[in-house]
Order: sequence, then C-alpha cells, then structure tokens
Amino acid sequence: MWSFSNIANNLHKWLSETFNPTMTLIIEMVLAGVAVIGLFAALGLVLVIMERKVSAWMQIRLGPNRVGPKGMLQSLADTLKLLVKEGLTPNGADKLLFNLAPFVAMIVAMLLMAPIAFAKDFQLWDLNIGVLYVSAISSIMVISILMAGWASNNKYSLMGAMRSGAQIVSYELSAGLSILAVVVMTGSLQVSDIIYSQADGWWIFKGHIPMVIAFVTFIIAVTAETNRAPFDLAEAESELTAGFHTEYSGMKFALFFLAEYVNVFIVCAIGATLFLGGWMPFHIGNWTQFNHVMDYIPSSIWFFGKTFFLIFVIMWFRWTFPRLRIDQLLNLEWKYLLPISMINLLIVTAMAILKWHF
Amino acid sequence: MFITKYIKDVYKGVRSLLVGMKRTLYYFTHHKEIITQQYPDNRDTLVLPERFKGEVVMPHNENNEHRCTGCQACELACPNGTIKVIFKNELTPEGKKKKAIDKLVYHLELCTMCNLCVEACPSDAIKMAQTFEHSVFDRNELTKILNNPGSKIMEGVE
Repeated sequence: MWSFSNIANNLHKWLSETFNPTMTLIIEMVLAGVAVIGLFAALGLVLVIMERKVSAWMQIRLGPNRVGPKGMLQSLADTLKLLVKEGLTPNGADKLLFNLAPFVAMIVAMLLMAPIAFAKDFQLWDLNIGVLYVSAISSIMVISILMAGWASNNKYSLMGAMRSGAQIVSYELSAGLSILAVVVMTGSLQVSDIIYSQADGWWIFKGHIPMVIAFVTFIIAVTAETNRAPFDLAEAESELTAGFHTEYSGMKFALFFLAEYVNVFIVCAIGATLFLGGWMPFHIGNWTQFNHVMDYIPSSIWFFGKTFFLIFVIMWFRWTFPRLRIDQLLNLEWKYLLPISMINLLIVTAMAILKWHF
Repeated sequence: MFITKYIKDVYKGVRSLLVGMKRTLYYFTHHKEIITQQYPDNRDTLVLPERFKGEVVMPHNENNEHRCTGCQACELACPNGTIKVIFKNELTPEGKKKKAIDKLVYHLELCTMCNLCVEACPSDAIKMAQTFEHSVFDRNELTKILNNPGSKIMEGVE
C-alpha cells in the first residue's frame, strides 16, 4: 500500500545502493531540511488563509474573497508583497541581534519538527526523550522574542518581550504537567511509544476525566505559549502597537509571522500525538467492521485531520475571547491552572499505579 | 468557604467561556448571518438602513415649491458653517414686501452629517438623503444650492 514510510524506505534503499554511507547521510539530511522548509512554506500559506477565513466567519464577515477562487490565493499575494518590501533595520537598533532574532525563531520551529510523527513510521528523529525534547526546545522560542524586543530599542517592543517572557515561563509549567500526565500513563517519553500505546484507544478516552482535564489545561497552556489571543499580550495591538515585532518589516516580519503559525501547528501536532493518538485511526472496542473501515483511511490523513482540528480550536479561542490583562493572565496560571494540573497529575499517577484506565 | 468559592469560580468561568464559543460556532456555521455588503458589486440591490445620512436635500413638490421660510434656524444650528441662507425680497399679491430665500447654499465638503439642521428646522423644509457617492473632480461642485431655480415657498407655510 502507498504510504510515506514506504517512500522514505525506498528512497533510503536507493541512496545507500548508489552512494557510500556518509554521502547517503548528507543527502538525506539535505532532503529532510528541504522537506521541512517546504512544509513551512505550505503551512504558512494554508494557516494564514485558514485563520483569516475562520476569523471572518466567526465575526459575521466574508473574509478575503477576491484573489483566486474564493480568495484562496490571498496569502500567496501577501507573501509576494512582503518579499518585495524593504527589510529595514532601525538606526538605534542592535544590528546583529535585530537581524538574528527572526532566524532564531525559525530555527527553533525547525528543531521542533524533528520528533513529530507525520504518518505511520514516518518521523525525522524518533529519539527516546521526544516529549522532553519538545518542551525543552519550545522554551527557546522566548529567547528570540526577548532578542527582538531588546534589540529593537523601542519601549513597546521591550515591554511586549518582557510580558512574553513572564507568560511563557509561567505557562510552560502547566503545559509540562499536563504532558507529564500522558507520560505517566505511557511510561515512556518516546513519541512512537506514546502513539503505539494508544492503539486500543486514545488517551483522552482511556484516561477518563483526569485526562480530559489534562487535555484542556494543555490546550490553554499552549495557546499562551504561542502568544496567541486571548494571551497575546506580547503583541497586544491596542496597547503596544505590535509588541516585539513593531520595528520589523518585510521578510523579517514575515519570518516571525511564519514562526508563530508553525509553532501553532507544532503544539497542535504534539497535542494530537499525546491525547488524540497521533496517526492512530479511531477505533471503538469490538466493532471489527467499523475499525477496518477506519484503518483504510491513511495514517497521514488521521494525523493532519486531528492537528487541523486542534488548530481550529485554537483559532476559535482567538476569535471568541477578549485579551487578558497581565495580572489576570498570571492569576489564571498560578491560582487556577497550576494547582488543578498538579492535583490532576496526582490522580493520574494513582490511576496508572492502580491500573484504572482501560 | 474558600474551596467552594474556588470551584464555583472555575465552573462559572468555564461556563461563560463555553457560552461565547457556542455563539461564535453558530456564526461560523451559519453563513446567512454575514452582514458584509459587497459594494460596488451590489450597487443595484443595495439596501441602506433607514436612518443612513448621506447629504442634506430640500424636497420640492411637483409645482416646484419648497417649505423653506428662510428662518435661518438651520444656519444657526450648524456647528461648522455648512449652511448659508441668502435672501431676496418678494412682493406678495397684496403688494407687500416679503422676505424669502434666494439661495440656500450648502457646503457638502464641510458637512459632518450631524443632522442638527434637520432637527432645528421648524417647517420640515430640509431632510437627509441617502445618496453617498459624492466624489467629484472639482471641489466647487460640492457647494450646492438646495432650492431649485425659480422655486417658491409652498402655500400655507409660515
């Protein structure tokens, strides 16, 4: 049957027959890099138009509907516009840091792609601490934001960057604790192990109510971590003009923009992997017929379907809720999410020890 | 007690958020609710709200008669000098001199569509029209004379 893993294996076989091992490794690395960049470009285009359409329909508007069929080429036109704009560096800015920051943001997003399983046995790097790796690397994102805010030499940028720092540091905790709930259940940090442990049911169904609470906490925390509304204090158009990317223009701005969307994709992919079974099809207990039909849908479609569903949920949040104030934001994390997810983790641990899950 | 208040707060917060999400999901799935007017594509079928204010006009009847007595209430009410009333003397059939308007000059380029002149008018001589495509190449065209040439005041309007 046609699948991503077959293509990857055939390519690897052909390359190792043609070239020596070192050359094979280098070519495969380059191919993986090109594939990731290609995925980034595609994701940027798709997610921007998706965001604009979702926001328009939620606010009883039409959204972009002029460029291409039903406005579907709007994001392509916008990208073209950003490409021809001048990438200005302000006079008072720290030139090196200012120009480095967007690339740091992109590199972090690229690194995060490594442990994500896009389809059955199709993964760049199945390292044994995959989940830990993701939560560790995603915290580096704040460095690029701080860098951009500091180097811009602009009060709005600096304020946005500082807020973003406080926000990411605090929300990283409850995101980590809700990830831990799944890790406790699975007993492994490896992404492929976590996915295979959900072959007989996704964790959100197998783990009863504590897992649902962990899932909700995770979604709230990653919304905050990716600096999206209702937690977009780092940008906060009405207070800080555009926060940390006030001074950026042209393609450097576009890189920040792209990094935000890629980060949303990545956290949703992680959420889908941990709680919704990654590329695992939807199975119901003993319904053999139903399960067979579900198996016929390719694993990549399952993965992208779940991920895009979660992305839709995060966009839904963005266009429904008003922005939180900084004290409300920190209250929500330290007084509500953190205690709840700690108690939740305790219950999940008890469940794992007593084998109360299915 | 503290813990019951805490749980109640969480419950209330989640509930109110879900109410909001239900509303936006309803709008997301019901595209008939969309209120965007696709002007100028729908210029022929465009329906403006009843109270839309485009410009000040003076309605005339079929005998070229208007209701303006020249009382200057609109000129006084206008906050930015948009309306100027210019008078002429007219002879009544009895041979008496009577003051009447010669021109009611209206500067569209100064008007903010505040509706104060229409409210000030004691004889309902002026009203707001719904036309809104006012762009012209020469700004002199924006200075309009509201009464038609040769128009008279309507019988019985004092």
